[in-house]
Amino acid sequence: MDVLALSDAKVGSAGVVERVDLPDEVSHYLAHLGFLPGTSVEILRRAPAGDPRVYRIDGVEVGLRNETAKHIFLRVISDTADNSPTATIEAA
Amino acid sequence: MSCHATAVVEPIEEKIPTPPGAKPRMRTVALIGPPNCGKSTLFNRLTGMRQKVANYPGVTVEHHSGRMKSIGRNDLTLIDLPGIYSLATYSEDARVAVEVLTGKMPGVPKPDCVLLVLDATHLNRQLMLAAPVFSIGLPTLVLLNMSDQLEARGGKIDTLALARELGHPVALISAAHGKGLEAIPDFLLRAGSKLDDGLRPVQLPVLQSAASCRSWATQVTARTKYQSPAASLWTRRLDSVLLHRVFGPLFFLVVVIAVFQVVFTLGQPLSDGMGAMLTSAGAKAAMWLPDNWLRALLRDGLWNGVQSVLVFLPQILLLFLFIGILEDSGYLARAALIADRVMRSIGLNGKAFIPLLSAYACAVPAIMATRTIENKRERIATILIAPFMTCSARLPIYTLIIAAFIPNQRFLGGLLGLRALLMLGLYVIGFLAALITAKMLNSSVMKASHAPFILELPQYRWPTVTSLGLRLYDRGKLFLKKAGTIILGVTFLVWLFSVLPIHGGQFSALSTSVIGHLGHWIEPVLRPLGFNWKIGIGLLSSIVAREVIVGTLGTLYGMDPATHSLGLQVALRHDITLGGAIALVVFFAFAMQCTSTLIIVRRETNSWKLPALQFCYMTTVAYVAALVANQVISRLF
Repeated sequence: MDVLALSDAKVGSAGVVERVDLPDEVSHYLAHLGFLPGTSVEILRRAPAGDPRVYRIDGVEVGLRNETAKHIFLRVISDTADNSPTATIEAA
Repeated sequence: MSCHATAVVEPIEEKIPTPPGAKPRMRTVALIGPPNCGKSTLFNRLTGMRQKVANYPGVTVEHHSGRMKSIGRNDLTLIDLPGIYSLATYSEDARVAVEVLTGKMPGVPKPDCVLLVLDATHLNRQLMLAAPVFSIGLPTLVLLNMSDQLEARGGKIDTLALARELGHPVALISAAHGKGLEAIPDFLLRAGSKLDDGLRPVQLPVLQSAASCRSWATQVTARTKYQSPAASLWTRRLDSVLLHRVFGPLFFLVVVIAVFQVVFTLGQPLSDGMGAMLTSAGAKAAMWLPDNWLRALLRDGLWNGVQSVLVFLPQILLLFLFIGILEDSGYLARAALIADRVMRSIGLNGKAFIPLLSAYACAVPAIMATRTIENKRERIATILIAPFMTCSARLPIYTLIIAAFIPNQRFLGGLLGLRALLMLGLYVIGFLAALITAKMLNSSVMKASHAPFILELPQYRWPTVTSLGLRLYDRGKLFLKKAGTIILGVTFLVWLFSVLPIHGGQFSALSTSVIGHLGHWIEPVLRPLGFNWKIGIGLLSSIVAREVIVGTLGTLYGMDPATHSLGLQVALRHDITLGGAIALVVFFAFAMQCTSTLIIVRRETNSWKLPALQFCYMTTVAYVAALVANQVISRLF
């Protein structure tokens, strides 16, 4: 599966965090919110202005600006065109 | 018999000899956990105190202590700490938490045991904090909060299995509903008497990096068969509307306008009613007093001043009701998300939005809330612009002037009023001043390094009636206290100097008194703004606090024989032009008329430089803006 920046992933798609290329201070904070390799992440929605976007990581919703999200990479797992948010609730 | 038994038991317990080398008695308990997991809600439950709680991360930025009265442990002090993700600290509020926890904070005793609060609905992530907290080596009780949410959304936790895995006792609680809290006194008894809880110490992750804590947390939750609850459907549904491209910003605007509209349509009649009541009460009470200086002091001086501020209580409470609903529901974080684009264009972190928004209530807590901003320059910039946000202390002078000078004209079939629009305009110019100042700071003084915008969006929750009621009660009390202390005090001084000096046993007339002379002396500077000398005295006295101007004007107009029998609104209409009136509210939109804010800025930045600069800058902006407003309006109308 292809790896791409979180900021390039489509709203409604989901994947697994591959790596985080950010300064320690930032990646440390993100890590505690769940942005660590191996965690599943879902692109939930965009703010009205298009940026920041809201990600669901590990059951928590987090807003990130694209300038930050472009340094986080994910392996896309589901790239469903179906981006109705209700369809993605916790199947597992 | 049982009476007798207890009487015997108690002294025996006292007499148990302390084994040599044993630690002294337990005194201090620390409350720690990640942001927005409900520590302060629990703190309030256990101590019966009222720390501010709301539904967004970073509400608590200082440590607070209180006796654990509500569970009958007056001997124990509970310390509430700001939320942290780990023991590594990047922001000021997290530094406070870690220093208190490790006993390095001067003046705060090292805690004897720890209550670790975790949000049970995201245990994988929240447990990451457990390993570093356990490693401090204090007796720790793990409290899994929000059990009600967990159950409602189908999550499961085996607390016994978890306790075995963690090597520390675990209890499932709901701080908001007061459920499961009996585990806390139990734990405190055991920790105090060093009773064995039957749990073996466990191997903690050796490397305390985020990744190792995380994989440890995931293993623990997997082994104990933790089932995370389903995402709240309601939160998603609401967000798809409230963060919608079009409806999102529209809703935001409607909310803001509705607040002002209600403050006027509902608040104004309430205020008027209260005013009439207070005036007649004052008049009745005055009849009992002899007609001498005492009556002059009490009625014309103090009562006129204080009651002209008191009448704004209903409007202030309405404003805080709205702020409370926005904060408790979780909407505030969404508003921050919507506003981030604007904040970024002026070089401010989106995180600055929450402190700035809370500055609409009062700049003092807002300036303290900037501690959550990691970047020092952005923090200073936010401190500098926060007092431009329209705080509730501006409400009395705004509503007084608007009600006195602006006709109650309605548009759009009565939905929108001219008064509410002008009020909105005043809020907007304050906000614009903040934006422009931030932009200037960013392009010259402070080249901001771009700290990232990372914002957790909490689940929506219904604000509870109790929590809103308590907020209003506390706010009302604060307002009445201010009226009874600061405003009463300044009003007394204003009255005193407006009857001094005494000539041959007679009080001075207002215009020949100390205040009159001072007022006439500063009048030339204020005349171009359309202000008379009474307004000038009001401005000087309100450097203490913004509401004071209304009290001072109440006193001065109450003492002036020409306006003595008129209400304050009518007296003002007699005395200043529309241009001067608008200039006055414009002045208040920008001026730094607040000693508490200056003091808190001094405290947070450790120097007088910033508050002095802020005072001069804001006063200059206010003067120029009021001058322009008066000149333009007097030419137009």
